[in-house]
Amino acid sequence: MQSKNEMRMWFDARSVNEGFARVAVASFVAEMNPTLDEISDIKTAVSEAVTNAIIHGYERPEDKVLLSCVIEGDTVEIVVEDTGRGIPDIEKAMEPFYTTKPELERSGMGFSFMEAFMDDVQVSSAVGKGTSVRMRKKIGVQEG
Amino acid sequence: MPHGRRSGMENIMEKYCELKDGYLLVHVPRELDHHRAGGLRMEADLLIDAYQVRKVVFDFSGTEFMDSSGIGVIIGRSRNMGYCGGEVMARNLNERIRKIFMVSGLHKIVKTEGGMAGNTNRMEKNHAE
Ligand SMILES: Nc1ncnc2c1ncn2[C@@H]1O[C@H](COP(=O)(O)OP(=O)(O)OP(=O)(O)O)[C@@H](O)[C@H]1O
Ligand SMILES: [Mg+2]
Repeated sequence: MQSKNEMRMWFDARSVNEGFARVAVASFVAEMNPTLDEISDIKTAVSEAVTNAIIHGYERPEDKVLLSCVIEGDTVEIVVEDTGRGIPDIEKAMEPFYTTKPELERSGMGFSFMEAFMDDVQVSSAVGKGTSVRMRKKIGVQEG
Repeated sequence: MPHGRRSGMENIMEKYCELKDGYLLVHVPRELDHHRAGGLRMEADLLIDAYQVRKVVFDFSGTEFMDSSGIGVIIGRSRNMGYCGGEVMARNLNERIRKIFMVSGLHKIVKTEGGMAGNTNRMEKNHAE
């Protein structure tokens, strides 16, 4: 498969859009004929990144989360961006169980899930400017 | 724990939870994410407080999706139950939910039963580092 296909969208930082974002990406990648497991992996990763933008990145629901998705051959790349608070120490933020919102019953598993379910996760962020999470997954290499 | 009809609360809740004889049964929704987590937590905690619930059972038979927000709800209830000597269990996990339990390590904190229970030990061995 040598096709390329791209989509881009933005939406309000409202929790109701978490499900919308998952379904939108799942439908977009359907042309790659992913397995149900691969779709679930992608949905979980998207949900984590979008939820983080809404909970940690922003305070106002009118702020916008940007989501883009590029299919190139057998690989999908998903980018979730916010222009919110930013992450001061990315390495620390990505450690399992690290959370800055324990009072909201966050468990610090979000980045761990993204890393477990996608092949590659790259985070860039600047305090006061925002955060971008770039995730890639190759479809059709079912391991284990 | 009282197990007769509850009075006065019928209207505002019982969307996810059912008070059983000796435990609170939580019917985990089809998708448990941040959007659903708040309502479920509020309903469960109201009943736990009102009826001094000491055991909470999360039933995943209707659940297709759960992310870290769901993990937070379960760990939170589990912690609260721990304070009062109670317990939390999870039942009827499908393959997907089981994977979420494994990756997060939740299976080490919360007892599971039913649905793929037979696979538990094998899978745990495979995942042991
Ligand atoms: N978009 C973001 N903007 C600002 N901070 C973020 C963003 N995403 C993550 N973080 C920071 O990184 C930390 C870890 O994120 P992670 O998703 O792993 O855990 P969590 O969201 O705190 O808990 P969980 O995902 O288990 O509910 C967060 O607590 C937060 O401090
Ligand atoms: Mg998170």
